[in-house]
Amino acid sequence: MEMSVEKKERKIDSKKVKEWLLGSGIYLVLFLLIIVIIAKEPTFLSIRNFKNILTQSSVKLIIALGVAGIIVTQGTDLSAGRQVGLSAVVSATLLQSVTNVNKVFPGLGDIPIIVVIGVVVLVGALMGAINGFVVAKLKVTPFIATLGSMIIIYGINSLYYDYVGASPVAGFDGRFSKFAQGSLNIGITEIPYLIIYATIATVFMWVLWNKTKFGKNLFAVGGNPEAATVSGVNVTMSLMKVYVLSGMFYAFAGLLEAGRIGSATNNLGNMYELDAIAACVVGGVSFSGGVGKVQGVVTGVLIFTVINYGLTYVGVNPYWQFIIKGLIIIMAVALDTMKYTKKK
Amino acid sequence: MGSINEKKEYLLEMKGISKEFPGVKALDNVNLNIRPHSVHALMGENGAGKSTLMKCLFGIYSKNSGNIYLDGKEINFQSSKEALDNGVSMVHQELNQVLQRNVMDNIWLGRYPKKGLFIDEKKMYEDTKAIFEELDIDVDPKTRVGTLSVSQMQMVEIAKAVSYNSKIIVMDEPTSSLTEREVNHLFKIINKLRDRGCGIVYISHKMEEINQISDDITILRDGQWIDTREVKGITTDEIINMMVGRDLTHRFPKKDNVPGEVILEVEGLTAKYQPSIQDITFDLRKGEILGVAGLVGARRTDILETIFGMRQKEKGTIKLHGKEIKNEDSHEAINHGFAMVTEERRATGIYSMLDINFNSTISNLDRYKGKAGLLENAKMKEDTKWVIDSMRVKTPSQKTHIGTLSGGNQQKVVIGRWLLTQPEVLMLDEPTRGIDVGAKFEIYQLMIELAKKDKGIIMVSSEMPELIGVTDRILVMSNGRIAGIVDTKTTSQEEIMRLTAKYL
Repeated sequence: MEMSVEKKERKIDSKKVKEWLLGSGIYLVLFLLIIVIIAKEPTFLSIRNFKNILTQSSVKLIIALGVAGIIVTQGTDLSAGRQVGLSAVVSATLLQSVTNVNKVFPGLGDIPIIVVIGVVVLVGALMGAINGFVVAKLKVTPFIATLGSMIIIYGINSLYYDYVGASPVAGFDGRFSKFAQGSLNIGITEIPYLIIYATIATVFMWVLWNKTKFGKNLFAVGGNPEAATVSGVNVTMSLMKVYVLSGMFYAFAGLLEAGRIGSATNNLGNMYELDAIAACVVGGVSFSGGVGKVQGVVTGVLIFTVINYGLTYVGVNPYWQFIIKGLIIIMAVALDTMKYTKKK
Repeated sequence: MGSINEKKEYLLEMKGISKEFPGVKALDNVNLNIRPHSVHALMGENGAGKSTLMKCLFGIYSKNSGNIYLDGKEINFQSSKEALDNGVSMVHQELNQVLQRNVMDNIWLGRYPKKGLFIDEKKMYEDTKAIFEELDIDVDPKTRVGTLSVSQMQMVEIAKAVSYNSKIIVMDEPTSSLTEREVNHLFKIINKLRDRGCGIVYISHKMEEINQISDDITILRDGQWIDTREVKGITTDEIINMMVGRDLTHRFPKKDNVPGEVILEVEGLTAKYQPSIQDITFDLRKGEILGVAGLVGARRTDILETIFGMRQKEKGTIKLHGKEIKNEDSHEAINHGFAMVTEERRATGIYSMLDINFNSTISNLDRYKGKAGLLENAKMKEDTKWVIDSMRVKTPSQKTHIGTLSGGNQQKVVIGRWLLTQPEVLMLDEPTRGIDVGAKFEIYQLMIELAKKDKGIIMVSSEMPELIGVTDRILVMSNGRIAGIVDTKTTSQEEIMRLTAKYL
């Protein structure tokens, strides 16, 4: 009799452990990855590496945060990468140094960065609005809608790129380079601006998702569009807004990416959307909608950067990284599904 | 005659409502008058116009003629939201909630209280709590809705209606998946709403409930208004007669099937993943209809699922004609001559976007393979024709999408599909749920005919009258175990009710 009671208790415990493991699986994966890398190469554990990883994650995170909101609404955005590219090229042409002999718009003087940000973010908002309109009003499945706009935006970007000379746009104004590559001295160490931008974007998104009406509506629309409609949520408007917001995020990311790399071509941003979507999915943002956390997205992005940076650091053949990345995507979603399916 | 006093002031008046669809007059001069402090039953067979009438009220359809008055003021809602804002709300049959979010997020969806730019979570919590306390609902406002039971979700929906200060609350089949105890709790809440002065429109197919909870009753038939009466003094037979428009003296066909030898023996069947069934032992005879009774959550469906291989076994044996079989998965079960009509017809029974031909033949495809292993259309057409004819399915053609048929006709196609596999044991899970009285009768008739053809039939049902009306024996489940197997002829509703509570 006593034994059976004990057995029962242990059963409950193991169930709890399992639940905990399923719930915090991705954080564990990130942690384990880092542990394995450190075990293999103890020098990995340094502020420099830590900072590098965060810096390399920053732009990706901003893109991923943009696409995450769309995934929450049962959507997806294949045009994200091309939007980043468009913004990068536009920013690059507007922020070349006045002393650059190859300046594509020689008559253009110094434009304040904030103005350029305004311009590209506006363009991004417009692209997002078009996506949103096609999805919310014309009721085209997001996959198809953004597949179309992905191709169109690439076309537009290439035409523009052709017009400005069809060669990489470089030779940026010093302020721009500093804006993207510089860092803030806080005494003990220097924090790259990129990390600061990404942090601001993350906090902004977290507050938006968790503390505002728009955020809650987003999850309602993603979780059960029917219920949201009946309750008076303007579903069309919510969808429009989330695509517009994403477009603005990609645009800002594009500007940073151009500044970070130091040049831009029409091919910049190619396939970035897949990395962003993968990070969201690994981070627990469900494709079936209505589920997702900002901290999950952050973790998802970090996992991929750690794989890239860390495994290169310890000398793993880069081709292996593809296989590991792919496995992690599939495993993460399989685990996520396990959370929601009951055994019979 | 008990006709309602005309001078009384109505909360909601719908007068002379007509609605036409191309070729069909869905509503023809229908009236519905709801008094404050009353529960008003709205009854009629499926297709009688109940939901069309409600859709006209909520502005989902625009009516062709007629007027609607709320508190004496004419209204014409354009959307459910507008209706909700004006105190007219609906508790849906298919509950409309965001399962991934918590209770209070759902209740205040579309009108979150704000403090500056942000949501005022504290106010949301307290307001929710206050309504729950008033209605005696024991749910934490912060629980995720997806983890609630159906009954709790429904209570949340009702609380939502109350939070909008609704004067008129429409409940569409609110008890269709509640246990006896939950139904009592629901009725308590309904009574509270009545005391507050609400008018409740209560749509249900269950006659027993109408007597228990409602004050007035309006009956529709074929889009026509038949009568509005006080419930007091009206008999179930009268209601049914008004609904079907013919003297249906019996709700059940003549039972002339004769059980023969035992074909199925189940012994000590226990499911692997608990809570589920434990130690289930029974047998089934040729030509017998065995009912399975029990409260929701008594695991009646699990018996069928375990026998059919959809649910894993821990231990126990299944013997067909004295020979032990495994039924590890449903494919094996089908090969052994088992067939199962599932409870959730829309979710697991029909392929609603596809036609009747596909829906009839899908479980039997092996038999239509021709020489090259390709499917032969002629055979499939022939079998589909058999399903339509012998099940008396009302459909324009084999190419009609099954989703456009009425629930009763869909169910007939599903049963026909399984009969094509020539089953020996036919398992039906709530076969008449959401089906109107006339179609129910036909399903019962079909079951008895099949029993006469020596099939063994197991029927899970929540409707006591139909269990007593068509079965030969009733297996009563209580909390995953068998509480008793009774002979239908000699048992009573009271005995069965007592047994359902045996292991609670």
